[in-house]
Amino acid sequence: MKSSEVFNIAWAAILKNKVRSLLTMLGIIIGVAAVIVMVAISAGTEATISEQITSLGSNLVFVQSSFSRGGAGGGMPQGGLVYDDAAAIAENVQGVGGVVVEQSATESIKADGVVLDGITLLGSTADFPSVRDMDVAVGRYFNEIEVERKQKVAVLGASLAEELFGTTDPIGQDITVGNTRLVVIGVLEEKGLVGDVDYDSRLYMPITVVLDKFAPTQFAKIMGDSVRLIYVEVNDQENLDDVILQIQLLIAKRHDLPLEEADFTVTTQQDIIGTQEATTAAFRSLLGWVAGVSLIVGGIGIMNIMLVSVTERTREIGIRQSIGATPNDIRWQFLTEALLLSLVGGFIGVIFGVGGAWIFGSVSGMRTVVVTESIILAFSSAALVGAFFGFYPANKAAELDPIDALRYE
Amino acid sequence: MATRLIIKTKDLTQIYGMGDARVAALDGVSISVHEGEFVAIMGPSGSGKSTLMNILGCLSRPTSGAYFLDDEDVSGLDKVELAGIRNKKIGYIFQSYNLLSRTTALDNVVLPLQYDRLTERTTEERKKVAMKVLEMVGLADRVEHQPQELSGGQQQRVAIARALVNSPVLIMADEPTGNLDSKSGAEIMQLLHDLHNQGATIVMVTHSTEIASHTERTIHLLDGKIDKIIGNGKKAKQ
Ligand SMILES: Nc1ncnc2c1ncn2[C@@H]1O[C@H](COP(=O)(O)OP(=O)(O)OP(=O)(O)O)[C@@H](O)[C@H]1O
Ligand SMILES: [Mg+2]
Repeated sequence: MKSSEVFNIAWAAILKNKVRSLLTMLGIIIGVAAVIVMVAISAGTEATISEQITSLGSNLVFVQSSFSRGGAGGGMPQGGLVYDDAAAIAENVQGVGGVVVEQSATESIKADGVVLDGITLLGSTADFPSVRDMDVAVGRYFNEIEVERKQKVAVLGASLAEELFGTTDPIGQDITVGNTRLVVIGVLEEKGLVGDVDYDSRLYMPITVVLDKFAPTQFAKIMGDSVRLIYVEVNDQENLDDVILQIQLLIAKRHDLPLEEADFTVTTQQDIIGTQEATTAAFRSLLGWVAGVSLIVGGIGIMNIMLVSVTERTREIGIRQSIGATPNDIRWQFLTEALLLSLVGGFIGVIFGVGGAWIFGSVSGMRTVVVTESIILAFSSAALVGAFFGFYPANKAAELDPIDALRYE
Repeated sequence: MATRLIIKTKDLTQIYGMGDARVAALDGVSISVHEGEFVAIMGPSGSGKSTLMNILGCLSRPTSGAYFLDDEDVSGLDKVELAGIRNKKIGYIFQSYNLLSRTTALDNVVLPLQYDRLTERTTEERKKVAMKVLEMVGLADRVEHQPQELSGGQQQRVAIARALVNSPVLIMADEPTGNLDSKSGAEIMQLLHDLHNQGATIVMVTHSTEIASHTERTIHLLDGKIDKIIGNGKKAKQ
């Protein structure tokens, strides 16, 4: 018998009992759809986080203060990175593109009769746009000299500019931040929301001005010119390890500490992504188990209905045997039917999964990314389940005695 | 006789059950059927007619004894080989037709061709062959009908067409008219006669002496043994 004929017989058998076939497929449909939706959710979360990380700029190295070092200072956090460490890195480390230090504060802003409260001020060094992948739309960002001289200049986030000045050109306008007057020199390109951070509603100014004028948190006051985090942009990914080593040696030397007792850590984006991947891997293996169980349940459903089908069609099997069907012919016929059931179920499951991921995403507001591999995996597991659970009923059919089968009422 | 032997059995024995429940459904049956012969098998219920038909039709193997079909020893063949023999050498006609339901007459007749792995035929060629046989049994205008849309006599014609489609050397008919009224029964007998006249070898089980009298020989079974073989006054075709 040709395989196309075997396929046609199996297909006809499935169509003969449409409702029953559909119910049989339900387990597979749910299993496959569940895999796709859940992987889409986890991939969406992952993508959001990794986007957040990469939006910080490419090839970034994070130098962070670690306050774990106890000792002198009466419990007061001591040591850690200071503002000058950043300058030292920029000056002495080879292969560094830019170094950025940030310090934020919250203030109210007045301009042109508009008053906005609770605006985040982000003080940074001049390399900020290049290191953090921000583009300037109009005007310019402040430069090193302005940072050094604590010039009272400000750059507006896109939506902040809109709120303060509407359609008028903000460049050259004065704004009052707290009690300090600053002059607007630029507006940033729209960046949108990254994670839960809105870069567009912020006011950007030299870090020296923030440290000087907008005495931020109590914590920062105590810390004086100490900084929590220095962003270092590496020119070439290949130099990454070298740059890290240079930074470690440099800062350790500056802080007069042996490397093993360093009061700072150096991490890369890769490290952060790695940690992220470890957590999602755990989540995924959980998903794998859930999916596996639901597919097995689906498979048992298929086996059940195939056994019913074999019994119902005992006489048909006998007729086929009497005119020359071999055990293998019969086996293939029922195995094909089981396979077809699971494949069609898998296919419907893929449609529901992709659709479900989309609907879930738009209803919950969570980001979902349908992963092609999850479709392939879910679909092929469905096929495997069909073959596995279809084998026993198919074998049972193949082993029927022709005479008994023909006599069956 | 000069013609070739289609069936030759020696001491066919079929034992069912064990111990006290032991039944010898067939007990040392030796028969010969030549090419072109039309033979009836008769006997009371439980005498072993169906058991003998099943063995002769290669649907089962005897407990002991030898069976040569068309000069081939088939008593030692395995399931797959027997399936091949059933497909190529034997055509069955059952009392209850045994057509596939919700399958057209044409598709029912094509079926044996589909299981024929020795002859390469395209789907079109198969349909052509099946059509020809359906025409021969007088159903050219019913090929697209399904069994439930056909009368009993017509269904049996489809079954006969299916039995003939692979040009078997032996046609087995187990009470072919048992489910039919006398008119359709007579038509089916006429069809079998026509086949016989064209040279077919037919073995038929029947309960009716009248129907048996259409054949050349009647083999009477009793308790699994050959009771008597009676010639019906007709000459076997040479
Ligand atoms: N599968 C079986 N298991 C046990 N005994 C069987 C089996 N098949 C047939 N027999 C027994 O073998 C004997 C012959 O049965 P068989 O069916 O060949 O008779 P028959 O001549 O065809 O009868 P009928 O005219 O009623 O169809 C009977 O005694 C029957 O009970
Ligand atoms: Mg019988």
